Amino acid sequence: MAKKRTIRSIPQQRTPVGEQDPHERARNFAEVNHGYHRDDAVRESERCLFCEDPACVAGCPVGIDIPGFIRKIGEGDFRGAYQVITDTNLLPAICGRVCPQENQCEGPCAVGAALEPVAIGRLERWVGDQAIAEKWFKVPPIERNAFRIGIVGSGPAGMACAADMAKAGCDVTVYEAFHQAGGVLKYGIPDFRLPNEVVDAEIANLTALGVKFECNTLVGRLFTIEQMVTELGFDAVFIGTGAGYPRLLNIPGDALNGVLSANELLTRCNLMRARDAGHDTPMPMGRRVAVVGSGNTAMDALRVARRLGAEDVRCIYRRTEAESPARAEELHHAAEEGVQFHWLTHPIEILGDDRGNVRAVRCIRMSLGEPDDSGRRSPVPVPGSEHDLEVDLVVYAIGTNANPIIGQTSGLALDRRGYIACDDDLATSLAGVYAGGDIVTGAATVIEAMGAGRRAARSMKAYLGLRDTDVVYRDARPAAADLLFGLDPAERNFVRVRATRPPGPRPS
Amino acid sequence: MPEGSRFEIVSREDFSDATFLLEIRHPMMARAARPGQFVIVMSHEHGERIPLTLADFDRARGTITLVIQAVGKTTREMQQGCRVGDYLYGVVGPMGVPSHVAGVRKAAVVGGGLGVAPIYPQARGLKEQGAYVVGILGFRNRDLIFWEDKFRACCDELIICTDDGSAGIKGLVTEGIRRTMEVHPDLDQVVAIGPPVMMKACAEATRPAKIKTIVSLNPVMVDGTGMCGGCRVTIGQKVKFACVDGPDFDGHEVDFEDLQVRLRRYVEDEKAALERWQGQCRMDHHPN
Repeated sequence: MAKKRTIRSIPQQRTPVGEQDPHERARNFAEVNHGYHRDDAVRESERCLFCEDPACVAGCPVGIDIPGFIRKIGEGDFRGAYQVITDTNLLPAICGRVCPQENQCEGPCAVGAALEPVAIGRLERWVGDQAIAEKWFKVPPIERNAFRIGIVGSGPAGMACAADMAKAGCDVTVYEAFHQAGGVLKYGIPDFRLPNEVVDAEIANLTALGVKFECNTLVGRLFTIEQMVTELGFDAVFIGTGAGYPRLLNIPGDALNGVLSANELLTRCNLMRARDAGHDTPMPMGRRVAVVGSGNTAMDALRVARRLGAEDVRCIYRRTEAESPARAEELHHAAEEGVQFHWLTHPIEILGDDRGNVRAVRCIRMSLGEPDDSGRRSPVPVPGSEHDLEVDLVVYAIGTNANPIIGQTSGLALDRRGYIACDDDLATSLAGVYAGGDIVTGAATVIEAMGAGRRAARSMKAYLGLRDTDVVYRDARPAAADLLFGLDPAERNFVRVRATRPPGPRPS
Repeated sequence: MPEGSRFEIVSREDFSDATFLLEIRHPMMARAARPGQFVIVMSHEHGERIPLTLADFDRARGTITLVIQAVGKTTREMQQGCRVGDYLYGVVGPMGVPSHVAGVRKAAVVGGGLGVAPIYPQARGLKEQGAYVVGILGFRNRDLIFWEDKFRACCDELIICTDDGSAGIKGLVTEGIRRTMEVHPDLDQVVAIGPPVMMKACAEATRPAKIKTIVSLNPVMVDGTGMCGGCRVTIGQKVKFACVDGPDFDGHEVDFEDLQVRLRRYVEDEKAALERWQGQCRMDHHPN
């Protein structure tokens, strides 16, 4: 450590990670990526330049002290590395697996300018896995207070918010509509990317912090948000119900049997375990499957279909690979597993047989025209290029609209698209009620949802007049937290009580 | 983690060799439930999630009531296995938009087959809101009749229809609707719950007179919270999700062809599952 590292002195090659053979893994649900071994992790840690002004930290939605934890790995203090990560992120085993690191921490990594960037995600995952295996999680000293916090939804946003509020000493209850906690981490992300045991291990940590999980509880219908802050006596509420309501293409044939949303396919497979013997949920499976869309959910659906035995798995996307929203790694893995990509192709009709089952999807070729609002070149149909692809299952993975339940059952102000309207502190139009994650922003990533959960937790603490027990107070390490929350350090202990505001559009 | 296993069965009643009632303790749901809503039940940890319309809810007793027809593997397993004092693994609800029972002056509530029980909360709700309520219930024969007294208590008139004429009038519920429309030309709402063919026939019966007809749709669901889209139905050319946009829809707008096709989606899987299970039962390897 004595000599300062330079781009020349560090190991030039990124430490590779073992993966299951593509032919083998296309038939099982075991994890694709084996993860680092100890020696791999130590070697990779030597590639970090410990930049003075680390761009990786700025790129992380929750501002993990990345050089800090990598330094600990290099020093052999693995438990210390876990401490550094969990100062800001309680769920490293999850984030290390599912974060799009290439756009976040690894994207701006200084090493990446000349060589391959430091494999921050793999290191984070390794630390997280060590912590689970070695049971490193320790309940910090918590000074209990009398505040009760209700959290709606047990996905990444709810989990992150619950952790922060429990650490602050509050009595936290998380409500989940499904029979198991974990939200999208359980029903959405397949086991070969994120095993359910990892999610359960992280949930067990939250339980150890004193967080209570109440499953089988549909908030809005069993009781309303308003009832939570009145009759049920919650001092503050966080809503992290996630994206819902899958979009369909609204083309002829949408109603046929064999057309379903990626959410349905994934839920049946991942949460309901329809693929396993002894589980009663039926699995809609086809021999030839087409998935419409090219995001991470589409990749999950394609790869699940492959593992469930589909011989022919096609991805249909109206733009090109370059515009595809899926992570490069996911696209690569899907292709390795035998997924065929039909770029610049768009379905215009789904054709059925006389029994109402899908038999083919009629597509049209597209070409790229002028850039649209999103900055991507918008696809234009090529006349006369219609063609049929013979399939028996069509899966839509083209995004979601806002879930309507909270809107139907509460007076909370919604935005134009039906998502919950929030200010910069993630406060909703109802005093003491905060919201974050996909139900505020529309579909985003796991780590962004976690970031929102933490941001809301900070606002809730301010609202309740709680001194923030977050670790950033302990030492002079303000950059990460302050970047994320955009707070002036002097304002940290500021006690604020939000005035009741009637529902309806907020004054701008 | 307190997952499931806290939904106690407090009473059970068998109406026939296929139909049985379970009363489940859930004080919070008993308080929240409104007519027209449904629950999703998971009988055991490896079970499937099945949507069931609430047949009753009793705020004083703190219970909800489900009437179940044993037709597939899960429901037959429940028929065999569910005893008073047992716990169901998961019960979540009340789900769906409650029915509009306010402001109706004269209504006919129509229940056929598995729709008889779920129409009861509507009959009672309409009565509580001051409507004149005609109950029209269809059964195959007199031996299958249940809850006649409950319906009599909240209906101003009750017409029982049986396929073989062994009780009430001989014929389908549509015959009951026809007679009601004759006697009550001022009928302003019909609510029909039952198999899709029956609901379709009811909607057709009232279409010429343009009487508002509400049907309750119960397609295949997984989560019941609008997340999977498995329960999508076509209503007036638009796709809706029965779980969060319904389950009540305007019967004159519903595309019943679509609904029936979609309900057949898992028929083969269900048949196979049932056969496997029955095979297991015969081999006497089944727990319970």
